[in-house]
Amino acid sequence: MQTQPTIDYALHLADSALILGQRNGEWCAHGPILEQDIAITNITLDLIGQSRLFYQYAAACMNESGTAEATEDTLAYLRTERSFKNLLMCELPNGDWAQTVLRQFFFSQFQLLLLEQLQHAGNEQYAAIAAKSIKETQYHVKWSSEWVIRLGDGTAESHEKMENAVNALWMYTGEFFIAADYEAVDVAALKNKWMEAVTAIFEEATLSMPENTFMQTGGKTGTHTEHLGYILSELQYLQRTYPGAEW
Amino acid sequence: MELYDLEKKFQEKIEKEIKIEPRDWMPDAYRKTNLRQISQHAHSEIVGMLPEGNWISRAPSLKRKAILIAKVQDEAGHGLYLYSAAETLGTSREQMIDDLHSGKAKYSSIFNYPTLTWADMGAVGWLVDGAAILNQVMLCRTSYGPYARAMVRICKEESFHQRQGFESLLVMSQGTEAQRAMCQDAINRWWWPSLMMFGPKDSESTNSDQSMKWKIKRKTNDELRQQFVDMIAEQIKLLGMTLPDPDLRWNEERKHYDFGEINWTEFWNVVKGNGPCNKQRLEARNKAHEEGAWVRAAALAYAEKKRVRTTAKVA
Repeated sequence: MQTQPTIDYALHLADSALILGQRNGEWCAHGPILEQDIAITNITLDLIGQSRLFYQYAAACMNESGTAEATEDTLAYLRTERSFKNLLMCELPNGDWAQTVLRQFFFSQFQLLLLEQLQHAGNEQYAAIAAKSIKETQYHVKWSSEWVIRLGDGTAESHEKMENAVNALWMYTGEFFIAADYEAVDVAALKNKWMEAVTAIFEEATLSMPENTFMQTGGKTGTHTEHLGYILSELQYLQRTYPGAEW
Repeated sequence: MELYDLEKKFQEKIEKEIKIEPRDWMPDAYRKTNLRQISQHAHSEIVGMLPEGNWISRAPSLKRKAILIAKVQDEAGHGLYLYSAAETLGTSREQMIDDLHSGKAKYSSIFNYPTLTWADMGAVGWLVDGAAILNQVMLCRTSYGPYARAMVRICKEESFHQRQGFESLLVMSQGTEAQRAMCQDAINRWWWPSLMMFGPKDSESTNSDQSMKWKIKRKTNDELRQQFVDMIAEQIKLLGMTLPDPDLRWNEERKHYDFGEINWTEFWNVVKGNGPCNKQRLEARNKAHEEGAWVRAAALAYAEKKRVRTTAKVA
């Protein structure tokens, strides 16, 4: 039988993937060019898929321990703001294309390092989900880092927008590496590798690394930005309006 | 060779079912008709992403959300194949997109109707994709090679979408009273506009005769519309819902369903830009395009920098 930390951790991983997928999904049909509309939608689909695997695992653990009759949908649709455990960065508004691709790069680069460790965290289910998700995430890192470079080293305008994106998002990266008590991977230990990867891409993108900035925290333990409530209002609207209906 | 001979040879090829390819000689009007039709078709795929994209954030389950996202993504892919097919006729994608955004080029009027409830996602899949497929199956045998080949790929995905749409309505039709009402309401609103998708009556259709002769089209608007009515009138029985047409009934003599008169005033109104969402759809496309201008400029600038650096290295 799995313990509460395992369930919480699965929910944390699922929530981050779902909420970022929900945000990226807003680009669908509104992207800057058709091929990139398809690419970001592809990433959205991968993230929703990953969230489902983690929710299904969390639900299985919960049902096994008899705490609730949970499904992937009850977990995504019937939990409230304070019980969501996603990283704050995932819930931020998309902003412009620079902010969207930079957020994807920060998140995916972190997720890739995390999933590599999750394969060896002594839990077969986690290992299986991680193995499947790593392949997708490698593509997300490649796609998003190429865009960071392209925009950073593109025109003066795109460079400026990229710098603005860095300034807007950097304060949400600190949270990645501060462990919540349920985490099965030592996230603090991922920080150096993540910084190295980001530094390398920033160098190629001619972007400067931010100086020491105050870091926002709280997502992992359910203290979110004001944005999350609105995301959940939309996401959960039909399930809340028609309780118990099947779709 | 004289023009007369070229045209004769061209028509002979058509009669022999030999596909016309981009480098082949073709009458100007054939080129123009295909370009108009294929680019309109591409635009329809792209504008069609909007009414469905409208429900991605609110899909009622994770499975339905994933299905819907995948569907809208498929439509973007269809738009890409079709723009490529149209480009073989000598007009750039950029030009076609400019024509869409300026309002010069048309797209299917069906996408000027709003998607008001979740059941619309099922109804659009079942009825709108269902109507589109009948047209597209025919187009798999159209005389212009690149268009026919694009259609073969597209048809496979479209029929999948139609089944998914029907299945989504089937689940709702077996659900709660509120779900059944939502399902019936969506069918009521999408039925007539779906019939309009086949275009004006044969007696009123200006492009039809020549297109049939060139085998761009192989069935008339009225033939396809009848085929659609016959198909849907049977499928709706499985849903336990009704079609909003008091004149709909089986005609034993014709072996077809009779159906009521389409509101042609509404049809022409929507074509002329007065549909419920004509303005919003074009605005949304223009907004995405304008806001993406700096992104496209940056991508070009970066590609150019990279090219220069590579050349410098080689030298």
